[in-house]
Amino acid sequence: MNSIQQLFQQKDKNLLSIYFTCGYPALEDTATVIQSLEKSGVDFIEVGLPYSDPLADGPTIQDSSQKALENGINLDIVFQQLMTIKDANKTPLVLMGYLNQMLKYGEDKFCQKVVECGIDTLILPDLPMVEFENHYKALFDKYGLTNVFLITPNTEEERIRKIDSYTDAFIYVVASSSITGAKGEISNQQIAYFDRIKNMNLQSKLIVGFGISDKQTFTTACNYANGAIIGSAFIKNLGQNGIDKIDDFIKPIIA
Amino acid sequence: MKSKFQPDENGYFGQFGGAFIPELLHPNVKELADNYIQIIESEEFQKEYKALLKDFVGRPTPLYLAKSLSEKYGGHIYLKREDLCHTGAHKVNNTIGQILIAKKLGKTKILAETGAGQHGVATATVCALMGLDCTVFMGEKDIVRQAPNVARMKMLGATIVPATSGSKTLKDATNEAIRYWIQNPETFYLIGSVVGPAPHPDMVARLQAIISEEMKWQLKEKTGKENPDTIIACVGGGSNAAGAFYHYLDDEDVELIAVEAAGLGVDSGESAATSQLGEVGIIHGSKTILMQDEYGQIVEPYSISAGLDYPGVGPLHAFLYESKRAKFMNATDKEALTAAYELTKIEGIIPALETAHALAVLPKMDLKKDQVVVINLSGRGDKDLETFIKHLKEE
Repeated sequence: MNSIQQLFQQKDKNLLSIYFTCGYPALEDTATVIQSLEKSGVDFIEVGLPYSDPLADGPTIQDSSQKALENGINLDIVFQQLMTIKDANKTPLVLMGYLNQMLKYGEDKFCQKVVECGIDTLILPDLPMVEFENHYKALFDKYGLTNVFLITPNTEEERIRKIDSYTDAFIYVVASSSITGAKGEISNQQIAYFDRIKNMNLQSKLIVGFGISDKQTFTTACNYANGAIIGSAFIKNLGQNGIDKIDDFIKPIIA
Repeated sequence: MKSKFQPDENGYFGQFGGAFIPELLHPNVKELADNYIQIIESEEFQKEYKALLKDFVGRPTPLYLAKSLSEKYGGHIYLKREDLCHTGAHKVNNTIGQILIAKKLGKTKILAETGAGQHGVATATVCALMGLDCTVFMGEKDIVRQAPNVARMKMLGATIVPATSGSKTLKDATNEAIRYWIQNPETFYLIGSVVGPAPHPDMVARLQAIISEEMKWQLKEKTGKENPDTIIACVGGGSNAAGAFYHYLDDEDVELIAVEAAGLGVDSGESAATSQLGEVGIIHGSKTILMQDEYGQIVEPYSISAGLDYPGVGPLHAFLYESKRAKFMNATDKEALTAAYELTKIEGIIPALETAHALAVLPKMDLKKDQVVVINLSGRGDKDLETFIKHLKEE
């Protein structure tokens, strides 16, 4: 059983996940941010690997990635930082990055390092299903890693069923046809989409992301899924208020 | 037998290609992949495409024997005059084709990226022609260095969105265009080169293939043989080269030369010579050769020419490089400028800075007396006048 499945055994409603960018706002903040999020009661954490050309990300995460890269972050430093908190950290971590980062680092070496850091779940937004089937499924299986697929309002039912069959952790339900970044509120159209997915009775747990930014959007999303991910809104807060105010951001959402 | 230079069912040329796209774009790319070949091969499309190429673009473009150039460098050097296409470059061959495909698929909103602005202008032009809505992403830095093309696009009714991320050039304009596409999946992404997720590289190559299709009968008329000995074309993403090579890919006796932009020099740290500096990687949805650092972060390329400073190269070209089917050479900013001046002075043709890179390898080649060479003169230099004037003053 992977770390996310274990989490779901203890709790399967109103799960809050936070995305953050490694090496942001400062190079050495990675571990501190994870520890603060854990202390604030976040259920699982998406660890973002800063990338130069993040196609699925909006301006906020683009900026934080660029800043982190300017701070000097790289994959080796990220893995070192994650190793320092490996034993103390009890909150499941999900690694999010772009495929080219893994490709260039060496696919096997990358997977091995991820496992060493105690992580078993990956989100690679530019890894398409056909490549997963032809190559990456076998690679991930070899290392006991599991891949999180994204579905969107435009994903066909047949494809969702297939994704469901490949899912061990959760399905990432992209809230709208968009890149990451807060939109403010959830529309009736989005509700209809969440409802449609919920009624498909999938075996997988559902976590909603993209455009979830505060208590209200989080609560709405949780009515239709097992939990939700906040990314850009958290990064924005981190940029404005610093790492000391993480609790002030998280508490009102889970209160 | 299917040519090995045709993509496989997943859009791969050898190990290069594929469609590495966020799930959000899957329906769009699938719709195109399921339909593009059938549309392109249909009689209706061919009739409309060929008619527009003839009467709107001004094709066939001449194949011109450059006598002075031949005298200087030897051989028989022919120029395929894509610079005479309406809008000033080969780019319009592709935009005419894609706009017809977009219409066939019922799309009304068109999205494009542009580097030098040639593709942007060609897209804005066909959108004006067809009465479709046009949004063009262009790097902030390119907006400054290609001002005349920006003005043309605006006059044609396009909305220009400056790309302000990263190096503020073609790579970033493409990132921004893809992000816009994700958020507006009803738009048709009219990509400008043989790059991007499958099937875009193959689709664009097929639409540029008209260049080598014409070369075949034009050479036959002029030399008695369809095949030249050598074809030279500049490569950024690689659309004009793909078009000039296309019908000769399987004729291994035709030497194919792709010329990349070396910027200030291949090893200067300011270059765009992807094949020399890159390694296998993923950019804009395609696995190809990519300029990147040891952690896979994409490196910002440099070239004086806004159309060539791209950190990747189309997957077909990556395959041509790896399989050694094409020879990859490069030319520096200075060599390109010199070549542009030379062509202007001795042949009376002002080439685009991109195209000048292809001309710039002539001094490095030892042409035989009877060698038939075709240089794809991909675009005209009007848009680069400011750079040329600046260079004139420095001389």
